Parts: sequence; C-alpha cells; structure tokens
Amino acid sequence: MESVLGRYRNLIILVGVLFLQVLGLAMQVKRMGNEAQDTRLIRIWAVGSITPFERGLVWMQTSTRNIWHNYFYLRGVRAENRDLKAQIEQMRLEQVRLSEDAAQARRLQNLLAFKEQFVAKTVAAQVIGSSGSDFSRIIYIDKGENSGIRRDMAVITPDGVVGKVALVYSSAAQVLLINDQTSGVGVIMADSRLDGWLGGSANGEVVMNDVMSDEDVPVGARVLTSGGDQIFPKGLPVGTVAKVMKGKDLFLNIKIKPTADLSKLEEVLVVVEKQEKQATADDKARVRAADILAQRLPSVPDRPTANAASVGIAPEGAAKPAGSANSLPAAKTPAATTSSLAAKSATSSTGTTPAIAPRKTGDQTSTAPLQNQPAGSATTKPSVVPPKPAISQPKPPTPPTTQPGSQPAADDNSPH
Amino acid sequence: MQITYTSGEQVEVYRFSIPVTVGVPLLALFVQAFLPLRFPWFARYVDLPLLVTIFFAMARRSPVAGLFTGAIIGLAQDMLGHNPIGIYGIAKTVVGYGASSLGVKLDVENAGARFLVTLGFYLVHSAVYFTVARGLVSMTQSWDWVHGILAGLVNAAIGVLLYFALDKFKQRT
Repeated sequence: MESVLGRYRNLIILVGVLFLQVLGLAMQVKRMGNEAQDTRLIRIWAVGSITPFERGLVWMQTSTRNIWHNYFYLRGVRAENRDLKAQIEQMRLEQVRLSEDAAQARRLQNLLAFKEQFVAKTVAAQVIGSSGSDFSRIIYIDKGENSGIRRDMAVITPDGVVGKVALVYSSAAQVLLINDQTSGVGVIMADSRLDGWLGGSANGEVVMNDVMSDEDVPVGARVLTSGGDQIFPKGLPVGTVAKVMKGKDLFLNIKIKPTADLSKLEEVLVVVEKQEKQATADDKARVRAADILAQRLPSVPDRPTANAASVGIAPEGAAKPAGSANSLPAAKTPAATTSSLAAKSATSSTGTTPAIAPRKTGDQTSTAPLQNQPAGSATTKPSVVPPKPAISQPKPPTPPTTQPGSQPAADDNSPH
Repeated sequence: MQITYTSGEQVEVYRFSIPVTVGVPLLALFVQAFLPLRFPWFARYVDLPLLVTIFFAMARRSPVAGLFTGAIIGLAQDMLGHNPIGIYGIAKTVVGYGASSLGVKLDVENAGARFLVTLGFYLVHSAVYFTVARGLVSMTQSWDWVHGILAGLVNAAIGVLLYFALDKFKQRT
C-alpha cells in the first residue's frame, strides 16, 4: 500500500487539488443559482491587492500625459479653438431647434401624463484595470462604496452605455461590460421601436436578441436603452445595427456596434441617481397668447442693426422666412437682419412650434453668443434676433417700418 | 531545434528566492490586468500567468510544486474576473503538473523546446478551460482552432523571451 502511495504520490496530490477546486467551483455555481451573488472575501483581497498598483500607474500615466498635453504640446490649439468655437455656434442654433422640439414633446407628454426617467446624478470614474481575460469582460473603476457606488448602477460614457456595476469594494468597483456573455440590457430600436435585449457573445460581440425574423431591421439603425431592465434610464444610446442574420428559431441574430468604444475606456460615468417624474412643460417652453400676438405685430427695433446691410443677406432673410411653411414672422420682427442660417434652423424644425422659434431664440441663450461671434465667420456673423424687445413684453401695435437696407416686411402669414 | 531525453540525474533542479516566487506571478497578473486597457488584443492573445506557471514548473521539475504553483496562480487569476473561482485554477493546475513532469523527463532549456512546450501547454490550458467552463459552469464557449493556434504561437514566442529573462533569477539547488 505504501509503495502504491509513494509511487503515485504526485498523481494523487494532483487529483486531490483538482478535486478541491472542482468542489469549490461547484459550491459557487450552486450558490449563484440560489441567491444573489455575494462578494467573497477572497475576491476583495485579490482586488484590494491589485487595484492600488493599477491606480498608481494610471495616475502616473495621466499626470505625465496631462503635463505633456497641457504645457508642452500645444501645437494647433489656436486653430482647433477657432474651429470648436464655430462648431459651438452651429450647435447652439441646432440646440434652439431641438429645445423647441423637446418643449413640444414635454407638453405632449404632460398631456398624456407620461413619466420620464432622468439621469439625476453621475459620478465620474477612471478605468484602472480589467480581468485580463477574454472570457470575463469586466473593468475596474477607481470609485467604490465610498463614492456612493452601488451594485447594479448603470455605467455610461457620453457616447453610450458601457455596462453595469457588478461588485462594489470600498474604493473600487467591478463593471460588467455589455459585451460580456452574462450581461443583459433592455433595448429598443430608435426608429422602428422594436424592442429586445442586448447581450454579449462568447467572442465579445454585442448581439440584440428576441427580435422576430419577420421584422425589418435595417443596418445602421440606432439602438437605445428601453428602460425595461430597471438599470439603464430610457433613451441612452447603445449602438447601431452592424449586421442582421437569421438566427435560431424564429428570431433574428442582430449584431450591434456599440457607440461607446468598449475596448478603449478611460473614463466612465456611473449613474448614481435616477429620477422619475412626470414630464412638465417648463416655463421656457410655455407660450402665452400675448407673446404670440406681440410677435406677429410689427415692431420697431430699439437699436438699428447697422450691420444688416453689410452682411448682404438681409433681403433674403427678410423675404424667405415670411414665405416659409412654418409661418415664421421673421420679417415682422426687428430681425430684418435674420440670417439665412437662422431661417434654415427655424424652417427645419417641426411645423407646429416654430412660429415662436425666432423669439425664443432671443429669449434663451443663443442671442448673445451669436452676436459675439467673430467677424470672419460667414455663417455666424448675422445676428439672428436683436436683444430687444423681450418676448415677455408685448408691444403695442405700431406701423410697419422699413429698415435701411432691408425689404419692407412682407409677412403674408401675419394675422392682421 | 533540440529536444533531448535526459535521465533524472542529468537534469538540473532550480529554486527561486521568495521575492521572485511571489513577485513574478503577481507582476504577471498585474500586467495581464492592466495592459488590455491600452492594448485590447493583449487579453485575447496573451496569457502571462500561464507563461509564468510553465516557467516555474519546468524549472523546479517537481510535479507537486508545479501543480501548486499553477493552482495558486490560476486561482488568483480567477479572482480578478467575474466568473466562478476555479476555472483558471483547474486549467493551470493541470498545466503546472504537466510542465514539471515534462521538465523531469526532457531538457527544456533550449529555445526550440521551450517554444514547442509552451505552444502545446497553451492548447492544453485552453482545452481544459473550455471543458470546465462548458461542462461545469455552463458558460457559452466556442472552440476556435485558428484563434487557439495563433494565440499559442504568440504565447510561445513571448514565452521564449520571457523564460530567458527569468532564467537570471534561477538558483541552483
């Protein structure tokens, strides 16, 4: 007997060690099936010993990169700054249009007593590590319980959804990426409103499931969160359809290209607080009859727009919006200087709300920035709406005036 | 490429200092967890903890030491992921045992032998992982020969370089 033990000693030890590990594995699998995953002390130790080094290395890397980018490598910054400013101005115009659309949507939602989910508070976190394995698609972030992070919180980037918090430690957290096999996100197609759920495949692709094979799913269609999983707020961008194939049974196999680059994550946002409230039409969007009346009545500008003639587009701006389908009173407002860009912005919005778009533009945030634009910018030079009169002060009816360098107001949509 | 069969008396058995025994596997785990953040392909093609397991197992030439080395490194690697702890542990235990058993019988000091041994054990490791993940844990796994061989070649190439670097820490018994 002793000789047998001695002879096969190594093999016996091997079998023993493997048996213990299989036993441990089996216990974990059983536990996971019965109850929610508990964080094991052994995992906490392992993560706790690795993350400080990772955090330190990331800090050093970030510091070095910041010093280089912020103090040494500033080539092209001025040109980039100029481009970005121009881009901001264009986006402001777009924002005006979108805010009108949003205001209208809110009013409709209010009428229908819809409840919306809002991302109320986020915590920015830095990615400090990964599992290092192709079979476990997770990342570690440098914020944990101390920063208010809890399990099952949504993790996003400005580009889109990243994953959810799987485990939380005191100063770090494990995030399960959406391309992991065990993840699941409730999603909906932005245009067709087809819903399903998103999961990862063994090779790290993101797949949308539970869409019937008789549905038409175009490549490039946008996919958003549906909110059905109670983790991700509704409407966050997830990805676009990359490939559609016939799948098993009656379902399609839809491969999704995530909008967030999951392989190169550096900073993420953890949604620590969501709010659910009934949509309300805010004050900005509320329009009084007096305001509309004031808009449609002719008025005299307090300050002559000297640059109207120099811009050379005033006649166009004066004539075109008046005839546009959305009944813009642009020519009636003091904005004989209304630019073609503003007219484009207004006419591209939906047909119901733009009647007040130019005035709202003046009341909201876009007027001042537009007037402060650099003179060299051809698209942004003309002011859209002069600062006065304010929309909340209806003016008494005054006779139509003709400004120098502009056509007489010819608003065939005016109420009088 | 030379693989020689050697007797038990001819092979040299090495040992390592405690800092190296502890530090090298920890460093391998750390690099394995950190580098994929900058190089996403790294996690898909390289398994540094496996290379370290093979190196220590072959150098010590003791199956018991080899299997324990593999078990500890594998379990530590499991802890960094979210899958049940023990899948890598089992796979690396088998590799540690196999590599040290092979080290007793073969001269695995030259580059060619090391390349082939690493390639072979990478495939063994993948096969064991695949079996355990599918059979025990019911994970959805698909076997990909092309990826397996490609990753095996990459690991073997990195392994040869790594082993020569780690040879400097060897101490004769």
